[in-house]
Amino acid sequence: MDQLFVNYVQAAAVIIYGIGFFTLFFNPNMIKKIIGFDMMDSGIFLFLTAQGFLYGGHDPIVDPELVGAQNYINPLPTGLVLTGIVVGVSVSAFMLALTVRLYYRYHTLNLDEIIRLARKEED
Amino acid sequence: MELVQNFPLLSIIIMTSCGAICTLLKGKAAKWYCLVCLAATLALNLFAFFYTLQNGAYVYYMGRWSAPWGNEIKVGVIEALLASAFAFVMILSVLGGLEHILEDVESTKVNLYFVMIAFLMLTLLILVYTNDIFTAYVFVEINTIASCALVMMRYKPGKTLVATTKYMIMSLLGSSLFLFAVCILYNITGHLLMEPMGQEVRRLYAEGQYLFPLTVAIAFMGVGLSIKGALFPFHTWLPDAHGSATTTSSAVLSGLVLKGYIFLLIKIYCRVIGLDVLAGDHMPDVLFLFGAAAMVIGSVRAMQQTDLKRLLAYSSISQVGYIFVGLGLGTEAGIAAAIVQILAHAVTKPMLFCAAGGFMNVSGGSRKLQDMTGAGRRDPLSGAAFLVGVFSMIGIPLFAGFTTKLTLTQAALGHGSVKCVLALIVIIVSTVLNALYYIPTVSTLFSARNDLTPYRNRYAHYHVPYVAAMVLFMIVNICVGTLAGPLLEAIYAGLPSLGM
Repeated sequence: MDQLFVNYVQAAAVIIYGIGFFTLFFNPNMIKKIIGFDMMDSGIFLFLTAQGFLYGGHDPIVDPELVGAQNYINPLPTGLVLTGIVVGVSVSAFMLALTVRLYYRYHTLNLDEIIRLARKEED
Repeated sequence: MELVQNFPLLSIIIMTSCGAICTLLKGKAAKWYCLVCLAATLALNLFAFFYTLQNGAYVYYMGRWSAPWGNEIKVGVIEALLASAFAFVMILSVLGGLEHILEDVESTKVNLYFVMIAFLMLTLLILVYTNDIFTAYVFVEINTIASCALVMMRYKPGKTLVATTKYMIMSLLGSSLFLFAVCILYNITGHLLMEPMGQEVRRLYAEGQYLFPLTVAIAFMGVGLSIKGALFPFHTWLPDAHGSATTTSSAVLSGLVLKGYIFLLIKIYCRVIGLDVLAGDHMPDVLFLFGAAAMVIGSVRAMQQTDLKRLLAYSSISQVGYIFVGLGLGTEAGIAAAIVQILAHAVTKPMLFCAAGGFMNVSGGSRKLQDMTGAGRRDPLSGAAFLVGVFSMIGIPLFAGFTTKLTLTQAALGHGSVKCVLALIVIIVSTVLNALYYIPTVSTLFSARNDLTPYRNRYAHYHVPYVAAMVLFMIVNICVGTLAGPLLEAIYAGLPSLGM
């Protein structure tokens, strides 16, 4: 339990991820779903960056006075986060485009309502 | 380094450039260019397959940075075999649904359809070959976007829009879980390449460190990729997406896309986590149970369908269950059976979807089974292909499905525990259920009652691509069914490089 307070950033990241996950899954509003997706991604990115960070660590550019890996933070998670952000942006863009199409066709953003309308349309 | 060793990467580059170039071309040129690129991919991967069959697996270092720093692709027999099979099925699915692509997709956007096909093939190649787990994540997401676009791309939207939305939401949940698992694994091992990661995981497990994060990572990985692979409790998106898309999209999505994710899961479980660590966490048991449930419930739900394409989609869910049962056995033979099923289903289901497209043509475009009464007689070629597919699904000897059932049964018998009995029962029940819904379908399709069908285009007009695709599909299906020996030999030769 005490570990939870030491790693409070990671704990916060998991909570943000959870909120995003449930919003994406359960909230019927398309825009809120997309916000949920972005929160979910942000949670993971926070988790990853926090794991790469080291208190008292320097930026990962070699300094002749500082010898040894323990003096530097890990730059790789930051690189991964950048890649992840790019992926997240393209997915959000696709989702937003989809939402525009749905709104033009059904004039609502509520997915439950849209599914009901689509089913009616079919019959 | 020999020239052949470059071929898998070359095929990846060809597909990437094909996707980019097709955006600039007009529809017809894009079609031809995409087909030529797919054929080149097929040829290159076949060369790689025969090379690895003779010389064993090899690792291709991207930018020549060696492990554990660089990015790499690992080419083994199984990887090359699956990549060739995927390219082959992709070509045949495009040819088999070509007419419907031109009908269903807006004429100014036909080239974009082929862009998506190219990107889908690209991502499948990378999911099969990559040895870097974060690269896998990035291409999982690209694959999601490409396949969602393939579902959505129809002239008349409507149901496909809703289907795409559902598919997209479930896919995003799945890939975020996968990304979380990747992050956890990276944090506890400090590697992104699969082999160094695997060594570290085994060391941690032996020393008893970080067991809880490891379990969470294994579970998230399993659940994330099972959502994308449509394992039973997470299958809800599949029937809508596969049932409402155009013929080629349905064929490609259920024949190939699911398999890409599932093969990635198999690869990560074997190469990174290791089957012994996995068995310690009881993940195979969980996958086995859900796979077994999928085999039965997919078939039961398929029986209730009146729409032929939805019936085929539910049948995919039950077939995916076979793969997970093979994986869930957790033995070498089980994994081999899972890979055989990946191949067998990849050559069978697209054929059934293309045949369903043929039946729609002679039934006034309806997907309802009732409207297709006698369609098999009016369109004998699709009828023959559908029959071959049905025989394969039921598991009649000489057809692809029989190879799966044989290897899976052997794997189950070799396991010799309560799982063995359960697997045998489920295989028998599922076979009977398959027969129960496919045989009435066939009898409807070949019914002599023609009075129900007052359609204008009553008889089939064949086009060369369609005929070629169906004939090749039938030949390949029978080849997989009859050449089970050499196929299994090749798969067993490839298992060590998978990390067994």
